[in-house]
Amino acid sequence: MATEIAFPDSAAKAAGAEQEFAPEKMSLSMGPSHPSTHGVLRLQMELDGEVLTKCDPIVGYLHRGDEKIAENMTYNQFVPYTDRLDYLAPLANNMAYAIAVEKLAGLEVPARCQAIRVLTAEMARISAHLMGLGAFGLDVGAWTVLVHSLNQREHLYKLFEELTGARFTTSYTRIGGVSRDVPEGWLGRVIAFCDQFEPALEETLALLTRNKIFQDRTVGVGIITKADALAYGLTGPNLRGSGVALDLRKDRPYSGYEQYEFDVPVGSKGDCYDRYLCRGEEMRQSVRIIRQVIAKFPSGDWYAKDARKIFAPPKDKILTSMEELINNFMIVTEGPQIPAGEVYFEAENPKGALGFYIVSKGGGVPWRMKIRSPSFCNLSILPKVCVGTMMSDVVTLLGSLDFVMGECDR
Amino acid sequence: MSASVDALSALKAKFPQVTDRASRDCPAVDVPTADLVAALKSLRDEAGFDLLSDVTAIDWAEGATPRFTAVYHLYSTTSHAAVRVATPCTGDDAAPAVPSVVALWPGANWHEREAYDMFGIKFEGHPDLRRILMWDGYPYHPLRKEFPLAGIETALPDLEVAEETQAKVIPAPMVGGPFVASSGEMNLTEAEPRAKDESWNERSAKPQA
Repeated sequence: MATEIAFPDSAAKAAGAEQEFAPEKMSLSMGPSHPSTHGVLRLQMELDGEVLTKCDPIVGYLHRGDEKIAENMTYNQFVPYTDRLDYLAPLANNMAYAIAVEKLAGLEVPARCQAIRVLTAEMARISAHLMGLGAFGLDVGAWTVLVHSLNQREHLYKLFEELTGARFTTSYTRIGGVSRDVPEGWLGRVIAFCDQFEPALEETLALLTRNKIFQDRTVGVGIITKADALAYGLTGPNLRGSGVALDLRKDRPYSGYEQYEFDVPVGSKGDCYDRYLCRGEEMRQSVRIIRQVIAKFPSGDWYAKDARKIFAPPKDKILTSMEELINNFMIVTEGPQIPAGEVYFEAENPKGALGFYIVSKGGGVPWRMKIRSPSFCNLSILPKVCVGTMMSDVVTLLGSLDFVMGECDR
Repeated sequence: MSASVDALSALKAKFPQVTDRASRDCPAVDVPTADLVAALKSLRDEAGFDLLSDVTAIDWAEGATPRFTAVYHLYSTTSHAAVRVATPCTGDDAAPAVPSVVALWPGANWHEREAYDMFGIKFEGHPDLRRILMWDGYPYHPLRKEFPLAGIETALPDLEVAEETQAKVIPAPMVGGPFVASSGEMNLTEAEPRAKDESWNERSAKPQA
């Protein structure tokens, strides 16, 4: 039996050869349970050798349906859920949510309440940036930084516990105020914390800033250009690291931020090192704000007087006055009566602009609440910046973006 | 604030069908679906709204026209002004549609995927419209008003695991949960508590499972 021998023409032969010697792409899945994905992010990557040709972040592993939940409970009941967004800075989330609802209700909170909120938000910023810094250090092999930052966070947690009763999920802010006044002598202990934190922060940053190994891992790595950062809706230190001086505390001041002097650090190149520098400097500025807040801490009420239909009356009044008891009962069962309308408020949180878009049809429950989470937007740039970087730099890049999956997935 | 008012008056002059939208904070407009991309492009290029903060949607419940509204929040990094642009979705309830703005802001990609995932809104021209928070193949759009809070029984995403373990995604047990109210003008005494298990109360003990 004759064997048929095909003689392919030279072009086809060349094409075949090209296919044969074309670099083989490897597909690699990182996460959702991986130490450097800081939670449950999963990256579906395509590698050519060690270089990424494609990166598809898969999010949603921590999706709890917060927006659906918000549509089914009263405004006051949702406060604890905001703790669980960016769980590294619950106090800042509480404040952003409260201000959004207050805008809808047309409430003005007194100066003391604003000062308490700014103070706690800045402490939360320090706490969140410390964790980001420590985890970033860990990602690039600097173990000591995490130990230092956890030590400082412990000091902050003690202060949070004294103020709010909880270390982690504080639920401190109420719509129209805060849950309680600052305890006796607490402000002095915050100052004492700042006094010991400033040198400790310099010591911690000194471990990284001029560290040759750290610089080799971060300088020029994961560059996000100004145009890209804006196009992808990045906010917070990630946007400022790329050279855009956007800080909502400065540009659209809320809660009395206009009274305090602070600088907005801005990066020049948009690489991982710039983002690290921005976070370091922001902590220094936060300490500066905290000192100013405490220096002119206003006296007076810590909840809005005209918030009778929103803010539960003081417990002693509830137990002694019939009218206050009825008022409290109505607030608990029907929720605070918020007028119809829609409002969108963004606060400058540690991770970026946390926005609450609330659509109300009147009554005690929002019709629709959208949470614009900064981590979600910050991660959306990954498919763009990851292409062409080395596999090992992806870990650096993730660390420098400093995201929290609880907020990303909601 | 005046920067955004000026920008919107210019927009209204350019697109006569653009109307003011009620808002309690930043100026807002309603844009017809056909003009959406052109209007947003004009806001970005001529009025300097370079940052797309957010894209989302609202479900106005079954029977409402329009059933779904897409909402865009723009921010200007130069004038620090913000505007809201809303547009009704075309199409029927099962497949509402709105043009995609990914070509203007690549960052809209994930926001639109989320709105598709949660509401089933088709963003026409989106390069990669698939689910983002729920898993691929999930049969419902959870933020639609007809989707119950407790969830609906669904197969596990991984069929192999589902077959092996015989497990399913089951509705959340919500007895004693915090969900007491629902939105709108409904009398809350009637609505509350929707997830309550009526088989036990203060007088008769909880049945042993």
